[in-house]
Amino acid sequence: MKSKWLLILLTGIMFAALAAACAQKPAGPTTLTVITHDSFSASPDVITAFETANNAKLVFLKSGDAGTALNRVILSKNNPEGDVFYGVDNTFLSRAISEGIYEPYLSPEAANIDSQFMLAPNNDAMPVDYGDVCINYDKAYFAQHNLAVPTSLEDLTRPEYGPQNGSKDGLLVMENPATSSPGLAFLMATIAHFGQDNYLAYWKQLKQNGLVVVADWETAYYTNFSGSSGKGPQPMVVSYASSPAAEVVYASTPLTESPTASITAPGTCFRQIEFVGILKGTKNLALAQKFVDYMLSVKFQEDMPLQMFVYPVNRNAALPDAFVKYAQVAQDPATLDPALIAQNRDKWIADWTSTVLQ
Amino acid sequence: MDTLTVDHVAKNYESQPLLIDLSLEVHSGELVCLLGRSGSGKSTLLRIIAGIEPADSGRVLWNGEDLTSVPTHRRGFGLMFQDFALFPHLDVRQNVAFGLALQRLPESEIASRVDSALESVNMRGFARRRVTDLSGGEQQRVALARSLAPRPRLLMLDEPLGALDRALRGQLQEELREQLHRTGIPAIYVTHDQDEALALADRIALLHSGRIEQSGAPGEVYARPASQWVAEFLGMSNLLPGEVIGTAPLTVRTGYGIFKPETAPEPRAGERGRLLLKPYGADLIPAAQDADTLSGKVISSTFQIDHYLVKLELAPGLVFDFTMREQAKEGETIHLKLSPESQIWFKEAQ
Amino acid sequence: MTRRPSRWLNNLLWVVPLIFLGTLFFYPLVTILRLAFSETFARVEPIQASTILHPLWFTIWQAVLSAALTLLAGLPAAYVFAKFNFPGKQLLKVLTTLPFILPTVVAAAGINALLGPRGWLNMGLEQLLNVTSPPVQITNTLAAILIAHVFYNIPIVIRVVGSAWAQLDPKMEQAARVLGASRTQVTTRVTLPLLRPSIIAAALLVFLFDFTSFGVILILGGPQFQTLEVAIYTQALSFFNLPVAGLLSLVQIMCTLVVTWVYSRLARGMNIPLLPCLKGEGMRAPRLPVEKVIVALMIVFLILLQVFPLAALVSSSVTRFEANRGERGPIQTGFTLDYYRALFTNISNSIFYVSPARAALNSLIYAIVTVLISVTFGLMAAYALTRARHGRWLMDLAIMLPLGTSAVTLGLGFIVAFNGPPLDILTFPLLIPFAHSLVALPFVVRTVQPALASIPASYRQAASVLGATPWQVWTRVEAPIISRAALVGAIFSFTISLGEFGATSFLARSDMITLPIAIYRYLSQPGALNFGQAMAMSTVLLLVCGSAIFALEKIQGTSA
Repeated sequence: MKSKWLLILLTGIMFAALAAACAQKPAGPTTLTVITHDSFSASPDVITAFETANNAKLVFLKSGDAGTALNRVILSKNNPEGDVFYGVDNTFLSRAISEGIYEPYLSPEAANIDSQFMLAPNNDAMPVDYGDVCINYDKAYFAQHNLAVPTSLEDLTRPEYGPQNGSKDGLLVMENPATSSPGLAFLMATIAHFGQDNYLAYWKQLKQNGLVVVADWETAYYTNFSGSSGKGPQPMVVSYASSPAAEVVYASTPLTESPTASITAPGTCFRQIEFVGILKGTKNLALAQKFVDYMLSVKFQEDMPLQMFVYPVNRNAALPDAFVKYAQVAQDPATLDPALIAQNRDKWIADWTSTVLQ
Repeated sequence: MDTLTVDHVAKNYESQPLLIDLSLEVHSGELVCLLGRSGSGKSTLLRIIAGIEPADSGRVLWNGEDLTSVPTHRRGFGLMFQDFALFPHLDVRQNVAFGLALQRLPESEIASRVDSALESVNMRGFARRRVTDLSGGEQQRVALARSLAPRPRLLMLDEPLGALDRALRGQLQEELREQLHRTGIPAIYVTHDQDEALALADRIALLHSGRIEQSGAPGEVYARPASQWVAEFLGMSNLLPGEVIGTAPLTVRTGYGIFKPETAPEPRAGERGRLLLKPYGADLIPAAQDADTLSGKVISSTFQIDHYLVKLELAPGLVFDFTMREQAKEGETIHLKLSPESQIWFKEAQ
Repeated sequence: MTRRPSRWLNNLLWVVPLIFLGTLFFYPLVTILRLAFSETFARVEPIQASTILHPLWFTIWQAVLSAALTLLAGLPAAYVFAKFNFPGKQLLKVLTTLPFILPTVVAAAGINALLGPRGWLNMGLEQLLNVTSPPVQITNTLAAILIAHVFYNIPIVIRVVGSAWAQLDPKMEQAARVLGASRTQVTTRVTLPLLRPSIIAAALLVFLFDFTSFGVILILGGPQFQTLEVAIYTQALSFFNLPVAGLLSLVQIMCTLVVTWVYSRLARGMNIPLLPCLKGEGMRAPRLPVEKVIVALMIVFLILLQVFPLAALVSSSVTRFEANRGERGPIQTGFTLDYYRALFTNISNSIFYVSPARAALNSLIYAIVTVLISVTFGLMAAYALTRARHGRWLMDLAIMLPLGTSAVTLGLGFIVAFNGPPLDILTFPLLIPFAHSLVALPFVVRTVQPALASIPASYRQAASVLGATPWQVWTRVEAPIISRAALVGAIFSFTISLGEFGATSFLARSDMITLPIAIYRYLSQPGALNFGQAMAMSTVLLLVCGSAIFALEKIQGTSA
């Protein structure tokens, strides 16, 4: 008998869920759908401000990492699921543009953006933020072992950063460029630094020096990196220049100093720039343009750093204290022409894979 | 001469005593029928003998050797389950060969013994059939063949012929008896059917309230049931409540007259109990006498081969059965004289 | 003559699950494969054979090895759970099931906390052996993959085989014993053959899970290991090389086809009618010394393998990571509930913040709907499968194929197929439990069908003779008999849905965030608080799932 009641209860819950789902049909405000990656975040008041000002309802469709999101957009480009797409970075930009997914739009806010970020030739997409992929290190480890922090990519091949005490693993852990965007960015930093002809020789040396490669950032940072809560074995990890700031903001007990720091020496970091664009075929072009403007405006740009730990591209946007104090900006970070990246991306990854992983 | 001894075995089931201080012996060439109501612990006793379940106390011995630490598969006993427990993943042949294969016998010997085992239960043509496709009776015969094929030292059968039709049952009973006597394998045959027990058994053991209530040759048990329960269980229902009024000779007063049964063990004056009046040994007399006489109205009188079965109503609702040589008229009131040997006094249990 | 369910009823039973599979599986799959091989994505580069053969070979042999190990460890565990009573059995049974729900990143964190370079095992050994480097190095090795696969899939063997084992008539084994079989002989000649249907069903499920394994390979195995699934992922999502991804998917599907065919051959004619015994019959405390040793060993083994990683997660969720770990001395730790408190505040002031209660509720709603869908369709399919005279292999294949098909390919298929007419349902909330049901359905069918097939025909006939309609035969005779198997299916459906990440993250709207998505969100940012919250949220997931399984088992226990 009990099971009968359970069935009734379950059915009830199911219908309640259905009803709740159906009740959400939009009425009144125009819905603007933004497709983005899992890392996207914003403050509620910033979103509400846009919604009230434009009588709009913002819906965010998040789907995996940047690559997955881009795939989703490309596959549905004939009948776009959304109006705006945020999250393509400079390693994917040319690919996205060549697929013709964007409706070009030059935002008036572009006037406040440094030209180094404006990488889309026909303004297919607008830059929104940037972040530098840099090596982070565990300050305590280097202090305890009286070890100098490496200051160049070449330094990483030196024996003191290689395997210690009979272990086969060295001190640096990175992400697989084939499955992780910081890993790809770091690969590109070496290509920019050593050139297309020589970078593989460098990787051979890194491999010999006990380079550890894992699949994704979460594993690298939380399982392998000694400076995080995971207390892993490697004191150096490929992460972001802003990660030390996040360690302070999201410390388990208030910190005055970050336990980690980034190596920001010239040429050791790669700058990732993220873009927003309007999807071709949108039925809400005007509203979409307004939202792009809004993302580039000071209000949104100042909200971003602590939401996504990225830097605003709008030069008028002020940085939060934590950023000023703990986040580092790479000195002279590496960059590569998006067109060159689009052309060689697959080949670079394949060559890297056969050099380092096989 | 092999002997199985069950020595003061006790077993609780869900903290209720099921077997209490049970002792039993079975010898070579002997077929012992274990009789008892369902739930009396007959199957449990077999499982203890087989070593499937441990006894709480007491021992099982084979020729004086304690079997407590001998695991089931080394005891060399056979057990035929009430629901046969045929292996559904094996066919008839494989089921019968199961025990033989475990003895690592040569293939040819296994084949011939399986064939003869199947032959003996008239199942020769069924060797390749799936056991799940067999009828109840066929399954029973396969199970019997499976138990017999490895030539166990002792065979236990748990209500093995329950589902068979009368003719086949009679035939199998005869075959089983013949086979057991030929091989000399001692056997314990569990049943709740006293007719089957009478037909088969060399000895009957009656299991009641956790003990063997009586054990002996069928004729002996019938002639002298040891307790009121045994009498009732064997279908003797002519029981009259009464009281001992004299001990030498034993005299019992009942509501239907004074009776002088054969001597009972240590009768005491004034003790209450039941008087069993066996259905045979009654003579028709013209008028009631002062002792050993029963009067009643004939309700029915039916002819059965060489005697009449008379249903005699002593009082409304109280009907006794008697067998008589003469016919009695229905509706007539008659008087019966009962011999002392046909009366047994059971004193009430304390 | 007994009444049989009419033919059209049987067909109907089969048609409904088929419509479900056709719509949610075959349609998107065919759509994406057609697109992948169409002109749009045609590439001129020739494909090297090694691109396919290399991952194919590794996929097969790691799956075979993993499945074999899982069976090897799982069968004794199933035996212990099916045959013996011991203190804490219920709890241990629930705990051993829990790994099944863990998202890979979280499971990896748990396994690392136990076996990693700084894990409990290595820390202990370092102290004991007085060495400075970790003696046991399993991260990024095949061993890590195998351990993780056993960790994840042992619940399948314990539950699927265990439920059949518990229903096995103890008289079968007793009869064999009396006929002279030793314990080992009873196991090899009677018990295992009788359990064969459920053992190969479990083996099939475990194999397909290992075969399409993605997260475990990627995260615990490391980048040097490539299965078909990982290759499909990289080809499709990193290289945008849909034709190669499509080709790899086809190879994967062909393999599933072969495996399912082999399964059908093995399973043919194996529906052994058994007299189902009552729950708990023959269940007792271990008595013989050998039994006590086996039970004790399995308990220790399960606690080490299944419970310790969970315990490590829970302990991480209440361990303070000292602020001053920076420059000075060894890491100081202490007890804290801060991470749980933090879960209830929107610290980052994000619009996507979700409270643990809300996330748990969302997860539960999806999981319950998944159970309803998959159990309903699963029972129908199992029933139809039991009655079918022809084409059982095709039915089996249709049901099993979703389990052996790349999640990436299917996910992309969803996007192409359901983003517009005739089925514009991509943002429809029910799509998520429907997607979960694709994976859950094979579990329900594989657990229920053997139970259904083992009901002797005489039971149905007896009920019909007594005047029961086919529906009444079902509700009064068959359903109660298979309820325990159905419960196993339901528990798997529930846990599959509760722990599912990939499809949910792909399809969920940001206002219906589930526990695994919330966990990933915390884990994707640096900071001790984020990590701690991820562990706390994982603990919530474990608690929600554990109590739900417990409740399900209790309900079944009282109503049976």
